[in-house]
Amino acid sequence: MLDDIDRRILRHFQADPSLSAAELAERCRISQGVCWRRVEKMQAAGIIQGQEAVIDWAALGYAVEVSLRVTLDKTQSRAFDEFTAAARQVPEVIELQTFLGRVDVRLSVIARDMSHYQQLYRDRILTLPHIADIEALMHIARVKSEEVLPV
Amino acid sequence: MTDLDELDRKILCALAQDASQSAGALGRKLGLSQPATWRRIRRLETSGIIKGRRLRLNAEALGFGVTVFLGVKLARKGQVSLEDFERAVSAIPEVQTVEHVLGLYDYRLRVVARDLPDFERVLRRRIMTLPGAGDVEANVLLSEERLPGPIR
Repeated sequence: MLDDIDRRILRHFQADPSLSAAELAERCRISQGVCWRRVEKMQAAGIIQGQEAVIDWAALGYAVEVSLRVTLDKTQSRAFDEFTAAARQVPEVIELQTFLGRVDVRLSVIARDMSHYQQLYRDRILTLPHIADIEALMHIARVKSEEVLPV
Repeated sequence: MTDLDELDRKILCALAQDASQSAGALGRKLGLSQPATWRRIRRLETSGIIKGRRLRLNAEALGFGVTVFLGVKLARKGQVSLEDFERAVSAIPEVQTVEHVLGLYDYRLRVVARDLPDFERVLRRRIMTLPGAGDVEANVLLSEERLPGPIR
């Protein structure tokens, strides 16, 4: 089980994953050796799974991001598998989530501009299998995006 | 917009999966020297294409068994200040992300909780009491995949 020091490490590490081992130890006010051993232990236990670079798609020219909420035709037993397999093949789909609730699947789709989005929507999204209904939410702004766990 | 060549795209793709690898290790995989790889990574960072790093934690192992996405509609639009709502909702620790959207809902929130009763507590005590919060729709996350996007 995690103790207060582990939680402190996770809080500081989440806030800035680019910290060096020395900087992280200093912010947690523990020795570098202790800090490193605990990080290694949490990695071995699968609590810290790794770190990933976050891409700013707008900086790459993808100005439009749309959240598509899809309801599937559940009378088809393979609807979920076939839909998600086909959606994975669309390069502009950057996130795929499945849900319990009114929405079955949500896709995050990026596009260069509205006409590119319209083309994607017609040619690649509406042609995905087993869609019963689809709703779009257009992104205006990210107010909070760090995805930090309140440990 | 910055133009990326094939190597930049490969570097970006690799770092989006594992940002802890060193420039040397990554360069070896791509047949590039350590300094050349480092310069390219640096350029991706300074141009803002890599906007940061995110620690990947196992939420379940940390006791967060439930992730719920909430669609929130503001009540009495025009009378509530978006800034007040955004400030209040962003201050809730269990709310991991807040997106302002256009469509059926005004905001989309990602919320973590220990379990469903804990989620209900967050929803009733913290979300429903936000200034201006109206209709709320909840969908419980079952699975999630992040895909490499149009750089692969």
